[in-house]
Amino acid sequence: MFEALGQRFSSIFSGLRGKVSESDLKTFTSQIKNALLESDVSLSVADSFSNRIYEKAVERSEEINKSINPAQKIFEIVNLELTQILGGESRRVRYAKTSPTVILLIGLQGAGKTTLAGKLANYLKADGNTPLLVAADLQRPNAVTQLQVVGNSVNVPVFAPEPGNGVGDPVSVAKLSLNFAKDKLHNFVIIDTAGRTGIDEELMQQLNSIKATVNPNETFFVVDSMIGQNAVVTAQAFLAGVGFDAVVLTKLDGDARGGAALSIVEVTKKPIIFASTGEKINDFDLFYPDRMASRILGMGDIASLAESAKRAIPEEASKKLEDKFNKGEEFTFEDFLSQLEAMKNMGSISKLLGLLPNAVGLKKQLNNFDDTELVRTRAIIESMTPLERSNPKVLNGSRRARISRGSGRAISEINSLVERFAQAQKVMKQMRGGNMPAGLGSLPGMGQPVKPKQQEQSFKKKSRSGNPAKRALEEGN
Amino acid sequence: MSLFKRLFTAIRSGSVSPDEWEQLRGTLISSDLGANLVDEVIEQAKSMKADDAVLSITKLVSSWLSDKSRALKKEHDRLTTILIVGVNGTGKTTSTAKIATKLINDGNKVLLAAADTFRAAATEQLQTWAERIKTPVVTGEANSDPASVAFNAVTKAKAEDFQYLIIDTAGRLHNKQDLMDELGKVVRVTNKHSQVDEVLLVIDATTGQNGINQAKVFIDAVGVTGFIITKLDGSAKGGVALAIEKQTGLPIKFVGTGEGVLDLSPFDSTAYIQGLFN
Repeated sequence: MFEALGQRFSSIFSGLRGKVSESDLKTFTSQIKNALLESDVSLSVADSFSNRIYEKAVERSEEINKSINPAQKIFEIVNLELTQILGGESRRVRYAKTSPTVILLIGLQGAGKTTLAGKLANYLKADGNTPLLVAADLQRPNAVTQLQVVGNSVNVPVFAPEPGNGVGDPVSVAKLSLNFAKDKLHNFVIIDTAGRTGIDEELMQQLNSIKATVNPNETFFVVDSMIGQNAVVTAQAFLAGVGFDAVVLTKLDGDARGGAALSIVEVTKKPIIFASTGEKINDFDLFYPDRMASRILGMGDIASLAESAKRAIPEEASKKLEDKFNKGEEFTFEDFLSQLEAMKNMGSISKLLGLLPNAVGLKKQLNNFDDTELVRTRAIIESMTPLERSNPKVLNGSRRARISRGSGRAISEINSLVERFAQAQKVMKQMRGGNMPAGLGSLPGMGQPVKPKQQEQSFKKKSRSGNPAKRALEEGN
Repeated sequence: MSLFKRLFTAIRSGSVSPDEWEQLRGTLISSDLGANLVDEVIEQAKSMKADDAVLSITKLVSSWLSDKSRALKKEHDRLTTILIVGVNGTGKTTSTAKIATKLINDGNKVLLAAADTFRAAATEQLQTWAERIKTPVVTGEANSDPASVAFNAVTKAKAEDFQYLIIDTAGRLHNKQDLMDELGKVVRVTNKHSQVDEVLLVIDATTGQNGINQAKVFIDAVGVTGFIITKLDGSAKGGVALAIEKQTGLPIKFVGTGEGVLDLSPFDSTAYIQGLFN
């Protein structure tokens, strides 16, 4: 979501070359300000941010101009400032001294509180906690049912004594839930409340009563990352009216620039604690300000990438592949498939690319990439016999026709997979020879099939000669 | 500022002071009209040498308004079908109920379709509304194909001589290609049996500049015919809606202003534009 902002920054920075004059800095900061405004950063925050950048850059102008790459220096200043606004370091949920830890979710209508409640419960549960969800949104039609369905899907109990749809008192539900949680030994209580506008006095009052009754350890202000200039007004209204400890950003998987996040944090001085990044219940993580700042600046989120890669590829599997690789064994369809699996585990490819530095453009191209292609590829490979998988050369016409029937994919798709596989094999060979492959063209399903002609050639090279003498010669080189 | 310069500025920009322009710029940016658009309109207004900044800007932005009809379509000899689309959490289901109420009050026979089979309890949410406004609703299994719900609904609507069918769909972020394709299928399937007459994109008034992207992508995918701006009862001005009208030429048809079924009004451009300056 912050990509667009990143893109803008890259273009601003690319204009900065050589010695940087004071007027250069002025132009630069006003460009930054406009970029921030177009990214929904609020006017006052965009003003103060760009002014601070200007002052810091002037302060360090000597240092900037002495450096080999002045743009890089300014970039560092912007990055640092951005990280500081976004909250410095990530923070964890505060536990209560005596269980249960009570978390209250508040926010505008449609920000995504109920969905988030489920994700948070799931997240806490995965950490070994025993959360309880509490349905205190008795306003919106079927908010209670929604929470029950969400709770069911993550296997977390839902405390919902009132039917909702305007019936029941949310304050007493919240109060009762604490006793229930203590009784049943839940160590976390997550209270979902009704959405409201920042200027709705009556509902603000209700929230206040809930807060006073349950005395939460954490109150999270849930905010849609697509929100515009109103973010500041809303956040201030909730801060003054109810008060909150941290912010949760939702719908970060959209393409909103998300500048409002900067504004809210800057104005309320409350950190962003979690980020919600997708439709699935697992699309949820701690918010990392430093990583996000880098992402805004188009530097990519290497740390996140490394982490998800570590999680996705079991060490054993990667070691096996490496061993194979070192021994000079042939790269087979089996390996190809395990690579695929690993990639599937790492999350969708487009998401992955968002983490890579300078991949903004590439990501755009591949945004339409469909993960189902991986599924299809898998179907094709799994329709092969073990012999075919380890020895693709045997794949003649009739075998390909059989695979096509088995996998339900067209023969042309099988042909193109075999081609791409050959390309991957070639890359592995190159790497073994110490040459790094150029680009990502050989990854499965990347939608950049190599030209067929080239492909045939590489295939031919690998084919063994029928003449034993000739073959020995080929294999010997 | 020197006297000469001040004089010069005053002559060049009418009697409006630079401070006044700057203040106006801030107000308009805060309404989510978009910084570039605000700069553009202020430059134009300045060049008009206006005496009244607000008046001249009002004139300029009024010319951006769509000239297409803001009335809901009505086919007299066949079923009129309305599809409600938008990103998550904008208020599609509530808007569906509100439009249905308005049509029922105008004496129409209205059928609802709960084609949001994805979000937990979305179907129940529409069912609750349907009970309240006493109108039938066609539903499907959770996670079933929304196009099949649409198909069942259109079949029933035609067989039982309904005048309007309103199809509520699941919220989807416009950058999710597969979900946009799914929506395309709903339109295709419905069109085969009865023309989809209105595709209304629901936009949350608190949305920032991303609203423009939303509109563009939804228009490309399913041929949006108009917009509903929701949650205008809060403190948000919904300026992005005007930017969207300017960019797409499509009209805002309704404005949502509260949680009740009657809190839906036709778009009043004069009041809306005045609101941007507050």
